[in-house]
Amino acid sequence: MQDLSNADCIVIQGSNMAECHPVAYQWVTEARLKGARVIHVDPRFTRTSATADKHIPIRAGSDVVLLGALIKYILDNELYFKEYVVAYTNAATIVSEKFQDTEDLDGLFSGYDDEKGSYSQETWAYASNDGADDETPGTIGGPAAGHEHGHTKSERAAGDEHGSGGPALEHAKVLRDETLQDPNSVFQILKKHYARYTPEMVADTCGIGVDDFEYLARSVTENSGRERTTAFVYAVGWTQHTLGAQFIRTAAIVQLLLGNMGRPGGGIMALRGHASIQGSTDIPTLYNILPGYLAMPVAGLHDTWDDYLGAIGNKEQKGFWANADTYAVSLLKAWWGKAATAENDWCFDYLPRLSGAHGTYQTTMAMLDDQVEGYFLLGQNPAVGSAHGRMQRQAMSHLKWLVVRDFNMIESATFWKDGPEIASGELKTEDIGTEVFFLPAAAHTEKSGSFTQTQRMLQWHHQAVEPPGDCQSELQFFYELGRRVRELLADSTDERDRPLLDLTWDYPTDEHGEPDAEAVLAEVNGRHLTGDKAGEPLSSYTEMKADGSTDGGCWIYTGVYADGVNHAAARKPGREQDLTALDWGWAWPANRRILYNRASADPEGNPWSERKRYVWWDAEAGKWTGHDVPDFVPDKAPSYRPEPGTGGPAGLAGDDPFVMQADGKGWLFAPKGMLDGPLPTHYEPQESPVSNPLYAQQSNPARKVFPRKDNLWSPSGDAPGADVYPYVFTTYRLTEHHTAGGMSRWLPYLSELQPEFFCEVSPELAAERGLENGGWATIVSARAAIEARVMVTERMTPLVVRGRTIHQIGLPYHWGVGSNAIVSGDAANDLLGVALDPNVQIQESKAGSCDIVPGRRPAGDELLRLVAEYQSRAGSTVMTSNELRTGHPESTPDTRGG
Amino acid sequence: MDPKKTFLSWPVVRQVRSGDFLGRGPAVTSAHTRELTPRTATADKVVQSVCPYCAVGCGQRVFVKDGRVVQIEGDPDSPVSRGRLCPKGSASEQLVNNPGRQRKALYRRPGGTDWESIELSTAVEMVAQRFVESRRRTWQDHDEHGRPLRRTMGIASLGGATLDNEENYLIKKLFTAAGAIQIENQARI
Ligand code: SF4
Ligand code: SF4
Repeated sequence: MQDLSNADCIVIQGSNMAECHPVAYQWVTEARLKGARVIHVDPRFTRTSATADKHIPIRAGSDVVLLGALIKYILDNELYFKEYVVAYTNAATIVSEKFQDTEDLDGLFSGYDDEKGSYSQETWAYASNDGADDETPGTIGGPAAGHEHGHTKSERAAGDEHGSGGPALEHAKVLRDETLQDPNSVFQILKKHYARYTPEMVADTCGIGVDDFEYLARSVTENSGRERTTAFVYAVGWTQHTLGAQFIRTAAIVQLLLGNMGRPGGGIMALRGHASIQGSTDIPTLYNILPGYLAMPVAGLHDTWDDYLGAIGNKEQKGFWANADTYAVSLLKAWWGKAATAENDWCFDYLPRLSGAHGTYQTTMAMLDDQVEGYFLLGQNPAVGSAHGRMQRQAMSHLKWLVVRDFNMIESATFWKDGPEIASGELKTEDIGTEVFFLPAAAHTEKSGSFTQTQRMLQWHHQAVEPPGDCQSELQFFYELGRRVRELLADSTDERDRPLLDLTWDYPTDEHGEPDAEAVLAEVNGRHLTGDKAGEPLSSYTEMKADGSTDGGCWIYTGVYADGVNHAAARKPGREQDLTALDWGWAWPANRRILYNRASADPEGNPWSERKRYVWWDAEAGKWTGHDVPDFVPDKAPSYRPEPGTGGPAGLAGDDPFVMQADGKGWLFAPKGMLDGPLPTHYEPQESPVSNPLYAQQSNPARKVFPRKDNLWSPSGDAPGADVYPYVFTTYRLTEHHTAGGMSRWLPYLSELQPEFFCEVSPELAAERGLENGGWATIVSARAAIEARVMVTERMTPLVVRGRTIHQIGLPYHWGVGSNAIVSGDAANDLLGVALDPNVQIQESKAGSCDIVPGRRPAGDELLRLVAEYQSRAGSTVMTSNELRTGHPESTPDTRGG
Repeated sequence: MDPKKTFLSWPVVRQVRSGDFLGRGPAVTSAHTRELTPRTATADKVVQSVCPYCAVGCGQRVFVKDGRVVQIEGDPDSPVSRGRLCPKGSASEQLVNNPGRQRKALYRRPGGTDWESIELSTAVEMVAQRFVESRRRTWQDHDEHGRPLRRTMGIASLGGATLDNEENYLIKKLFTAAGAIQIENQARI
């Protein structure tokens, strides 16, 4: 975070940082005071724009065109950082001749399967000197590491596994052309792919003038290179799209070309929105991964331990993922202790198997089908905070039982008596058979534990007081629940209950029954189990073994409890340290603050420049040193070259800085890992008033759609009926509220600061629709109609896209309908439908189509009729906008959504 | 005229006398204000904490008196936040103490029109029983090809991004051992 102050230029795009991460914004301000240029690219003029050097308004969802044009500008004008690009990226690597680009196939890459609506990634592989399908000894991969189809990868949201490194490659014998001239080199493929991403295309797609583009391009390129660095900052404005992961990939390509990765003041800063949302990804409360980004096993792919090991990381693979067996065995030992032995494959069979996508939206639809009986809500309010609030509430009314653990009586706990569907008459309280348990939660001051903040730093918070009344920490509740469940099953001889009964589930508690959070942290960190160090904490994940002699619940967190010291609680004041502040909290991995920081030195190990000195090779001492923990084998000299065929970390050369990648390089072209293409390509949002100006293919052909009657869409582009929902809406957050309001709309101060739901519209749109500042407006999408107070403001700029004016409407999504909060109001997320990014299964909530009219919305039956009348006028059916491959209806999955 | 009000107590004169030229310090402090003591000064202890809202992770100092949180302020020691808090972080004392906060376990029976009170331990036991029953009813041993599944699709969970790592760890561990795979949180949203 502090490192942003080292940047010479900062581009904030897909984030309103000053509003949503206000205290972090001080580092942007600091950079600006030191002369950095700050540019804000956003549909709205916000608090961030107000303090930036320039605001560039953009049409929501068109970011790949802008950034793609930046890539073209860098390549055309030879402004890339040549030495860095050749040495540290895969620019010189040759790609298989079977690869075909979207330029060849009008918006599709090679490998698209109409029936599955997804890609096989085989043709995107690197070329090899002995044939692309080579699997001879010395190459990476065996049968198990072979090609898994994008369809199953998407279902298990395999993109999430790359939270700490890239995927395995088939082979390591890559061909390189360091002149970058080979037509199949990544560099030339990149050139061709973005050839039509011109400043004029930017104007025609994003609504950004050529001058503004020029300003951005010059600012970024003039502030990159040996002496200078540029940073990008994003938040959910980039992730919440049907090609969200590709937005970030585009920025990664820009940053790699400009040599800004792994260097001070560079990189791409992800601003996450919750105290421990990073932690809940690392130690995931997510369906598809195990702690430390290990895959959850999938039926048919990982039926045996050997299948699984081959898939998560192969010994012959280069980089640290080659040791994935040690991470997995240590995890299984942490969970099943003595029961986990070499003979029973460390209880691998105790793990349940995936068989498709089981994300939160698929689960919601399964509830509607009465397949889910019980649901726990742990500090989350889906009735307001998830896309398609109506579907969420309807789904919960199908549950047998619901447990809500929260501070306040949130809307998800009371939908059965005061939800919008009760008001509209769609649901009746007496008919809802759901049993609801409201169990009050303890606050952060009432329990000890660690949060992992946005830059992977764990910080311990100490308990200050006892929780009041029945309030309990999740730690205590789940420990207790586990104890009782195990008691209920204690006499069971059923084999299916063994995983619960054999589970290590014994933590010391205090006099109030609260488990010792530090004991849990120690388990997460891991221990030596045998030998003279038995019982001692591990100090690094490199100490983990695959023979059962170590345990550890999350390998990337190993070291946080090194020497039995809680390093998350390290609190040396910042003013007594340098900017990196290594003695405050603990960042994974190994307390490293900037990842891949080996790249801050040149191939010989010297800083690229004095000004950007960060980590370098100390030849005399024979080790890496600097302001941070070097992200490299500490004593591996820059001149080190591995024997061909060496796997693991030793397989990477002394000048391969991207140590979690299978080839040690930063990937401009992703031969594996991205399910919707090896290069980011512009597609329109699922719902868009604009036809894709670049390709016949309208939207991401690999996105996840759910054609069903309760999830209709507006027609897009030139399709008839698209003008029924002519405006774009985009949702966002305010400083004074938090997400769905569970932690803010019950607080008098915050409620007073932002009391009421509103919509932001431009004066032009207000005139077009007769909207009055301070008055009411009704906003209608193909799913719902809601009402909001109108704010007419020049902060909203109408954009001209190919001669047509596009109006965008801004909607903060913090309010919900209920009777318990201090402030309530219609929920913006009710307008959204469910369509997902294929890599990570995140919904598109940053761009949708709507209409807006003056006045309050009707109530009851009339409200339902209004929505239905719009749907019929637009001619929306379950097929509308759901065709995956444009013009090929057969590419649309059945109504269960696949 | 108030005998205590003399020429010397004229505001401008007061400002000059006390060196408070901008009129924002002692010159304008009332007797009432002078007698006030900040809650932070009378606290029994100060505990280092972290803001529970967004992922910036600003440092907090929690002031405690008589077993109660009386104030929460920014922690100047934090190298990330350097003592600052935004409106949410600054309001977090109300998160802990607001009168609307639920402090008791509640139960709504099927078809019920209102909440009923319930003993916490009764509620937890009922949840444990339902957990076991739903798991049994919805258990899947194998898929249609005979491949192992060992799971229940009958129990799901959402939440975790506002919880501690240690809490998420226990949740993931317990649910996975129980075969419940539909565990999700805000990170997917
Ligand atoms: S109102 Fe709040 S944000 Fe504004 S100056 Fe006062 S304390 Fe600061
Ligand atoms: S004080 Fe504000 S900026 Fe800091 S962590 Fe809390 S919510 Fe985020």
